[in-house]
Amino acid sequence: MDLTGDFVAPSIDWYALSPYIALLGGALVLLLVGSLTPRWPRGWYAMLTALTAGAAGVVASLQFAALADDAPRSLMKGVLAHDRFGLLAVIAICAAVIITSMMASDVAVSAAAAGDAPSAVADGAQTDSLEPYSLLLVAALGAAIMVTANDLVVSFLGIEILSISLYVLAASDRRRTASHEAGLKYFVLGGFSSAFLLYGIALVYGTTGQTNLGGIAVVLADEVTLPRNDAMLLAGVALLLVGFAFKVSLVPFHSWTPDVYHGAPTYVTGFMASLGKIAAIVALVRLFVVAFPVRADDWRPAVFVLAVLTLVVGSVLAIVQTDVKRMLAYSSISHAGFMLVGLEAAGHIGSSSASEGTSSTLIYVVLYSVLALGSFAAVSIVSRTATAAGSTNATSLDAFKGVAKTNPVFALGFTVLLLAQAGVPLTSGFVAKFGVIRAAVSTESYVLAILAMVSAVIAAYLYLRIMVSMWLSDSSSARRTVSFAGRVTLAAAVAITLVLGVLPTYLLRLSESLASLAR
Amino acid sequence: MLAASSSTIPFPVLTSLVVVPLVGAALVIFFGRARQEWTKLTALLTSVTTGAVSLWVLQAFDSSEAGFQFVSQHEWIPAWGISWHLGIDGISLFLVVLTGVLFPLVIAGVDPHHDERPYLAWLLVLEAGVMGSFISLDLFLFFVFFEIVLVPMYFLIGGWGYDQRVYAATKFFLFTMAGSAFLLVGIVATALLSRDSVGSVTFDVVALAETGALSVTQGRWLFVAFAIAFAVKVPLFPVHTWLPDAHTQAPTAGSVILAGVLLKMGTYGLLRFGVYLFPEASVWARPVLYTLAVIGIIYGAIAATMQTDLKRLVAYSSVAHLGFIVLGTFALTDQAVTGGVMQMVNHGVSTGALFLLVGMIYERRHTRQIAELRGLQQVAPVFAGFFMVVMLSSIGLPGLNGFVGEFLILIGSFDTARWWVIVATTGVILAALYLLWAYQRVFHGEVDDANRGFAELRPREGALLFVFVAIIVFTGVYPKPMLSRIEPSAKALIEHVESRTDYQRPAQGEAGK
Repeated sequence: MDLTGDFVAPSIDWYALSPYIALLGGALVLLLVGSLTPRWPRGWYAMLTALTAGAAGVVASLQFAALADDAPRSLMKGVLAHDRFGLLAVIAICAAVIITSMMASDVAVSAAAAGDAPSAVADGAQTDSLEPYSLLLVAALGAAIMVTANDLVVSFLGIEILSISLYVLAASDRRRTASHEAGLKYFVLGGFSSAFLLYGIALVYGTTGQTNLGGIAVVLADEVTLPRNDAMLLAGVALLLVGFAFKVSLVPFHSWTPDVYHGAPTYVTGFMASLGKIAAIVALVRLFVVAFPVRADDWRPAVFVLAVLTLVVGSVLAIVQTDVKRMLAYSSISHAGFMLVGLEAAGHIGSSSASEGTSSTLIYVVLYSVLALGSFAAVSIVSRTATAAGSTNATSLDAFKGVAKTNPVFALGFTVLLLAQAGVPLTSGFVAKFGVIRAAVSTESYVLAILAMVSAVIAAYLYLRIMVSMWLSDSSSARRTVSFAGRVTLAAAVAITLVLGVLPTYLLRLSESLASLAR
Repeated sequence: MLAASSSTIPFPVLTSLVVVPLVGAALVIFFGRARQEWTKLTALLTSVTTGAVSLWVLQAFDSSEAGFQFVSQHEWIPAWGISWHLGIDGISLFLVVLTGVLFPLVIAGVDPHHDERPYLAWLLVLEAGVMGSFISLDLFLFFVFFEIVLVPMYFLIGGWGYDQRVYAATKFFLFTMAGSAFLLVGIVATALLSRDSVGSVTFDVVALAETGALSVTQGRWLFVAFAIAFAVKVPLFPVHTWLPDAHTQAPTAGSVILAGVLLKMGTYGLLRFGVYLFPEASVWARPVLYTLAVIGIIYGAIAATMQTDLKRLVAYSSVAHLGFIVLGTFALTDQAVTGGVMQMVNHGVSTGALFLLVGMIYERRHTRQIAELRGLQQVAPVFAGFFMVVMLSSIGLPGLNGFVGEFLILIGSFDTARWWVIVATTGVILAALYLLWAYQRVFHGEVDDANRGFAELRPREGALLFVFVAIIVFTGVYPKPMLSRIEPSAKALIEHVESRTDYQRPAQGEAGK
């Protein structure tokens, strides 16, 4: 590496960077202006957050559309990738922020409306304050950086920005000790995993002399200049995989997930399950597909083992839970297993179908994040009523008893989301699963495909249990109040689930271009 | 030749078979709340319309044509080579008609105990799903229907069933879905592995069967994946254990539909997809399937004999009857396959009627325990008469429909599966044993106090059963119209197998002549 030459500042494509700038700007404005002015009227913080994320999302969509003709490229001397793979993830991230900010303000409003009686210690109860919103935007910025980072160091920055925001968000319910515990646990284990990542980055840099993903690939592909230090490189790759496995919550690095998902305020849980998952999976796929294609034969078996463990353990542990939030936490682990099936397919570099693995993984995580947002919103709605009724464990399966009797439309919507998670046809969940399975089969990973489908059956039992509780048990509660934000979230999630489930053509037509990554 | 025939007509008849019940379900859900009294009428009208369309198809069906008729093909998900491809041939024709006839009958004849609106809506969704699976000519589309059927059935059993309904519904859902796991991977692999020989990735059954070329090993593995899914649905021994629970716990309408058409999705799938797509593997796998079928026949019969619950008894008799159908399907002779298809319909009619009758007994006595019922013939002679006719049809008495199918299966399978047939024939005798014994215990003897109040058949019930009995007697006495429509397709299917393998069916006379 030539560090002695004249330093030339890279040219900066401000338009391409505008989504990041918008998110950062929104967060700063909220934080600065919000702190210096008296408390805003209810919902305004959320409004500003949603507008900022919306603006970022719209710009990202325009860029996404423009990339139909342009080739994917990288920005700022290869630091950030500008490709459809990353931009679709950015759009999904922005959508997740909009939905989550609505749900967050909803929680605050309902808590305030219930007064200060002890029974009003609702899920995430606190009066509307600006901190969670600015954290949502900062987290989104981190996630957006992660999904487009084309450099190990930048990727790490993104991870840290996202993670630190999430630690605080997880602990943001000041009145529940479970929330504090979740934040602390997440913080300790997250810090631990960051150490793995950093060590991995250091080793990879030490072997290849590069932190740029494309640069690493070039060095590794060049047999002549390759500094032959396999053990160090492999150790680096392994540590990177372990670090990401923590973030994605793959078995056996998943142990924090149920506790954190359970303890965090429900809207934060939905945020972590959607945005957190997108960021981690997309960054993982980009890292392995762009930087280490030459070493695919080395990492693919490891991904295979992680996928099998995650699928099986995630679904088996999911069905023995009695708390809906924990159930959905384990189900998110099992879904991560499915995403790894796609990554495993992407690892068959020689095969013409490897690109199918890349795009199907992205489509899977994006479609899953819609389901996760909707499902956790539903949990939030039910648990709020249960808390108001004085229930000590507001997210237990019992809290869902007879929802169909009291709120049939709500129950139907939640059922659609659950069936989609189970992978029933005509829902987006099936399209997602089908794409991944198709990628696995076309790379001849039949064993993995069958294991994935069988574990989907095991996990289906979990969704059936929630459905039984809603539809086939007698109501133990009065009619649940479904707030406006809850209605909008559920309606949007159900609409996306069904429309993309019945007519996935548009999404699939993208898949070719999704798989061409900037290098 | 099974290639799609050109008899396309402007009106999408087959699509309407799927769409009309769905529209009905939507109407029931959205307008049923305001107009409670119209709910049932709406459901009935849409199901009758569907039934009428299916009968029109029956009338317009060209019996000299072996290929698919009324074909309707549109792009659905071109990116994956998936199309909305529907068609009907002699094998699916009567299953479609059976579905079309059975649904209005149960909607008219059986009332739920509560929540009529969702109940009717689920029934109509179920009808759309079942219809769709019988007429899909696209593997993906078939899978969608095959899988979507689970949802309404799950809610019907779970919501309107008896004491153990949640357990039974969950077991039903998970068993079938476990089978589907293999089916999905099999379907995808079939399409992708045939990519080179077909020219592009397609899920079109006709294209895959006619031009797809799989290696022997590939074909066998894929066949196994398909067979597992269908074996669960049929159900074949040893994956049958969900069936008695689901049947017993389901509400009467659920049992009728389950026995009548849902189980046929398994046998139909084996024939349409197993044999048609994987001829070599079907010939190869015959000994195993014969054996499982015969075990099912004998085991089902013995288990039925031992049951103390009348509904469970009928459920186990289904296991036995479906064993016959599988035996016939894989015997791969004209007569056996024709008989197998016919028996699918016959079993649907007679077992469906038996479940209706058992349901009526439960309505009156609130028990299904054989030990608690006796002497019903004295208090309800007409009811007993109907029960007798239906039961005899299930046993396979000559002159009633059950005989025709079973006889064709046994005679057709004799050349290709001789020793299995010999064992299976004892199943016919065992059927007589358990059904007659049950009849004797329930209807004969001195009536005791508990059963004295047993009400005679009501007019509505009589009208309902009359339709069943009419079908039973008509097809038993004059099966030719049915056989002549099934046979060309059955024959073409076997010719397809012969052209792809070195299998030769034994020379024999034409079936049903």
